[in-house]
Amino acid sequence: MATPAVIVPKPKAARRRLKPSLVAGMVIIGIFVLMALFPKLIAPYSPTAFDYQAILQGPTAKHLFGTDNFGRDVFSRVVWGAQLDMQIALFTTLFPFLFGTLIGSLTGYYGRWADALFGRIVDIVVTFPFLVLVIAIVAVLGPGLKNMYIAVSAVGWITYGRLLRAEVLNQKKAEYALAGRVMGYTSSRIIFRHLLPNAITPAIVYWMTDMALGILLGSSLGYLGLGAQPPTAEWGVLIADGKNFLATAWWISTFPGLAITLAGVGFSLLGDGLADLLRPRE
Amino acid sequence: MSEPILVLKDLRTVFHTARGSFTAVDGVNLELFPGEVLGLVGESGSGKSVTLRSILRLVRPPGTVSGEVRWQGRNLLTLSEPQMRKVRGREISMIFQEPMTALNPVLPIGEQIAETLREHTDLSGKSIQARAVELLELVGIPSPRERLRDYPHQFSGGMRQRAMIAIALASNPKLLLADEPTTALDVTIQDQILKLLLRLKDTLGMSVILVTHDLGVVAQTCERVAVMYAGRIVEVAPAIELFAQPRHAYTLGLLNSVPGAGSTRRPLLQIPGAPPDLAALPPGCPFAPRCAFTTAECVATRPSLTAISNTRLTACIHQDKLTKTGEVAW
Repeated sequence: MATPAVIVPKPKAARRRLKPSLVAGMVIIGIFVLMALFPKLIAPYSPTAFDYQAILQGPTAKHLFGTDNFGRDVFSRVVWGAQLDMQIALFTTLFPFLFGTLIGSLTGYYGRWADALFGRIVDIVVTFPFLVLVIAIVAVLGPGLKNMYIAVSAVGWITYGRLLRAEVLNQKKAEYALAGRVMGYTSSRIIFRHLLPNAITPAIVYWMTDMALGILLGSSLGYLGLGAQPPTAEWGVLIADGKNFLATAWWISTFPGLAITLAGVGFSLLGDGLADLLRPRE
Repeated sequence: MSEPILVLKDLRTVFHTARGSFTAVDGVNLELFPGEVLGLVGESGSGKSVTLRSILRLVRPPGTVSGEVRWQGRNLLTLSEPQMRKVRGREISMIFQEPMTALNPVLPIGEQIAETLREHTDLSGKSIQARAVELLELVGIPSPRERLRDYPHQFSGGMRQRAMIAIALASNPKLLLADEPTTALDVTIQDQILKLLLRLKDTLGMSVILVTHDLGVVAQTCERVAVMYAGRIVEVAPAIELFAQPRHAYTLGLLNSVPGAGSTRRPLLQIPGAPPDLAALPPGCPFAPRCAFTTAECVATRPSLTAISNTRLTACIHQDKLTKTGEVAW
């Protein structure tokens, strides 16, 4: 006698496990975003409050990351720095991401003269080292955050444009793009509804890396005195503040430096995890 | 016979490139009647697919299309782009060879059908959903309501081609251009898809142009066949007559190069040589260099497509000397 067939319940559609790198990246960046949004709740002191009773003190329970030469609490300054540096990460990359995506999609889809023009602009921009070009633009416009955003945006969109152009060129060959035309869809619908979602993954992943680069750039320019101006708490400025005391008070430069490193790692992990998450499934 | 629904007059598609001008479609004249399945056959590169794309004006620069595509009284080649978009997908639809790439991988199947419905019909909301389910049912996809939310990667090759057909048929087109719809599918699925197309043709009253290089598919499905070579139509005939007695040396070569199941075993005869360079066609018959029947006349002047009976056209000077076995009959 045959045994009655056992009906095995079908497992629920397997949810994709989030990659550890994505989770780690989200946690790290999440913490920084919390610092950026609610610095007052997290930082025990004002970032600019002088305390001449506690100058150049090493890390203690009272001053977690120690104090600088004006007695300012380094931990509080790093927390407030997060606000500015997260802002820098976003503002140095958001416009390049949007504009580069737009231009890259259009040139990739239409090709011909638009593509030729874009190609020449790329040729010109890539000839200059990125940092040198940005510093040159900031030097012309004058130091300060706003001018730094303008300078970075003017140069940074090129990379996104190239990524999108290449990817749209690739996707355009797939028959669903032709099928869209066969169905009588407008070019803009084919580009933005059909091609773009298939083409944008590399740009999103690069965006995450670019935010890390944006922080580094902002800090570099801050360090050089071309970005955020002292006494603003910005990680690059904080490192510059501490450079004269490296031998005697290592904590002033070290902790903001670690914050930069950690943010960079966080964005990289996030990008890596997103690349996996957004990869087309076959 | 009724009025043709589609007439191609001297259709010519040329690609101007740095290496010269390639005439992919060279003065094609063709008529298609309502409810008819016309097979367009030929080797790779003979201009079959370009002809289809030219009808819908999908040829991109540097390609240019000239001549006339008369569709229900209008010349499609002179329509404005917005007018043309109303023809595409609404009156004339097209399906492709590669069901793997012809669907957008990031949109659910249901959404892709709904998009076409929104574009080309007055339906909205619930009735779009209902119609999408109906369409998937029509093309034979089981439990269509559940499959609407699925993405293309959750469909098999045959099911994707069915879904593609569902999208193409969403707005009840009068003409379906099928560009090798079964080439990428295995034989059993091929058969299902072809039967499906024929059934849908009857229920929806469409005409179909079926591009293929598979003569078996033609024999199975088409009423009339047009044979293309080097961008021209070299022979047009009802399918039965064509297979019984080809009237162009090239058609004969094609038939001789196909193994016939169940027939007496004989060596397969290949057509020697390769299709000619489209940028530098010989002055005479483009098939002459590869043809067993070539005479001085073939090389000197290019034969044009002429009627040899009520139903048949050929562009072969020696059409009456051809026999089924490939022997010269003189």
